[in-house]
Amino acid sequence: MRKAMSIELRHLSHVYAPGTAFSSVALNDISLTVHDGDFLALVGHTGCGKSTLVQHLNGLLKPTDGQVLVDGEDLNGDKVDRRKLRMRIGLVFQYPEYQLFEETVAKDIAFGPKNMGLSAEEIDSRVRWAMEKVHLNYDKLAEKSPFELSGGQMRRVAIAGVLAMQPDYLILDEPTAGLDPHGRDRILGIVKDLHEGGTTVVMVSHSMDDVAQLATRVAVLSHGTLKAEGTPREIFRQREMMAEVGLGVPAASSLCAALRARGVDLPDDLYTREELKDHLLRLWKEVSGC
Amino acid sequence: MLKNITLGQYYPVDSPVHRLDPRVKILLAIAMIVAVFLVKTLAGYALILLFVFLVSKLAKVPFKLLVKGLKPLRFILILTFLLNLFFTNPADSDALVSWSFIRISTAGLHQAIFFSLRLIFLVLATSLLTLTTSPIQLSDGMELLLSPLKVIHFPAHELAMMMSIALRFIPTLLEETDKIMKAQMARGADFESGNLIKRAKAMVPLLVPLFVSAFRRAGDLAMAMEARCYHGGKGRTRLRVLKLTVDDALAGMAVAALIMLIIAERTLFPGGIVIGRFSL
Ligand SMILES: Nc1ncnc2c1ncn2[C@@H]1O[C@H](COP(=O)(O)OP(=O)(O)O)[C@@H](O)[C@H]1O
Ligand SMILES: [Mg+2]
Repeated sequence: MRKAMSIELRHLSHVYAPGTAFSSVALNDISLTVHDGDFLALVGHTGCGKSTLVQHLNGLLKPTDGQVLVDGEDLNGDKVDRRKLRMRIGLVFQYPEYQLFEETVAKDIAFGPKNMGLSAEEIDSRVRWAMEKVHLNYDKLAEKSPFELSGGQMRRVAIAGVLAMQPDYLILDEPTAGLDPHGRDRILGIVKDLHEGGTTVVMVSHSMDDVAQLATRVAVLSHGTLKAEGTPREIFRQREMMAEVGLGVPAASSLCAALRARGVDLPDDLYTREELKDHLLRLWKEVSGC
Repeated sequence: MLKNITLGQYYPVDSPVHRLDPRVKILLAIAMIVAVFLVKTLAGYALILLFVFLVSKLAKVPFKLLVKGLKPLRFILILTFLLNLFFTNPADSDALVSWSFIRISTAGLHQAIFFSLRLIFLVLATSLLTLTTSPIQLSDGMELLLSPLKVIHFPAHELAMMMSIALRFIPTLLEETDKIMKAQMARGADFESGNLIKRAKAMVPLLVPLFVSAFRRAGDLAMAMEARCYHGGKGRTRLRVLKLTVDDALAGMAVAALIMLIIAERTLFPGGIVIGRFSL
């Protein structure tokens, strides 16, 4: 039987450069659990601590206070092999294309699996699998230098490098930052597929529309504290709170609120384009009587 | 990881020492270094230590931070100490320890202590300068001090510009190193264990992206500078024109007094204050 999987943050605090003139509190008493099968979106203004938080999820940063429990076990305990755990909890940094280093795309993607100590055949099959997942043509690109690719392709190579370890959790820090709309949709599609395939996903994002499309849960950070947490429906109906922390709501939520203000009879918690469309069509049919 | 390097790190607080003219501070730091070499006795070093301590108090820089700047040099310090201890063996100096081929002489111990102290104070003096002077001020000061040499076509401006850019990018590069290291660790890279060859190999995934990004940054910066009409130092005016103040004069007098005290101590007690076999 499979253990119930989760990553639990318990009263997590993090201070950078404690005890010096540069010391700054990045996270303050955060309690949050990532459950198996979640698609957790982490949102908040720039500098609120999102990147700091995700680096705690796989033990790259140590909490100044509090604990990180992976499947109930303290990630920072003495006997824990954090290197092994990191292979189960895949973290894709912001602008991951800057970490590419190998001569060929295939070799770069193989870096993770190689560190896991897998056999050559297994590594090869994982590289092919990961490249397929991120829609990169193996025959065309595997032997190319990663530095010859376009920005969007490099990003996908970097993501494939993490996917090739076949982690149970996939954490992405602003995976669409700096991409054109086409490249963005591609990455989001990939993440969506992976989540539907059973990977638990944590994604840092600035686009509320993307969050509305993908997330099953949303956590809102503000100045290092957890401001709110819940389903997208629960979060996006709190438009004032979101405005207060410097975030917007999805376009559908804004439109819904504007229509309600004009007396259109809509529920107050619509947030996806599809459901807004359905409601509006139904209203239209009632009004026009056909 | 790489966050403990204080040498060359500015400590941003407001203090009389921070406000001194960078040209004066550079010259005074050089004077301090000369003073360190003038000292012949332990009492003299105690005097310099007291001076460094007082300046750090005045500058609101924790003395601990200064001492921390010595940490990266600990191996060099230990090596200096041991080499001098074992390999300074004049025949006319009596042996403290004599065991098979090992012989430690009084002169050796003396030399070991003094060479180590000299190194320590060299670092402390320069750290005081860099902790209280921002890199921009530092290179401004350098440029102005070296500008008389422009007559003999010495590239003072270019040198200062290169230095200020290099200093400016040290924190950026450290941050970048930290980030790439973490990103590779997220893919299971192991930077900490294994033998020397394995460790050297483990650096490749770190160094390649670091160089790639350093070159990219250099290119971007050059472009951005040219886009803003940078064309070298000729005809360039300054945003902050440096002016000497009373404080600068006082600082100069303080260091002059220190050097005079050291010279006085040296002349009055040429052999040091003798206690037993040792002279202080
Ligand atoms: N390596 C670091 N050293 C010191 N302070 C840092 C470091 N990384 C981030 N910070 C600070 O911590 C806070 C949170 O940063 P970060 O987690 O990167 O925010 P976000 O990803 O939400 O934009 C910011 O105020 C930032 O300046
Ligand atoms: Mg961030």
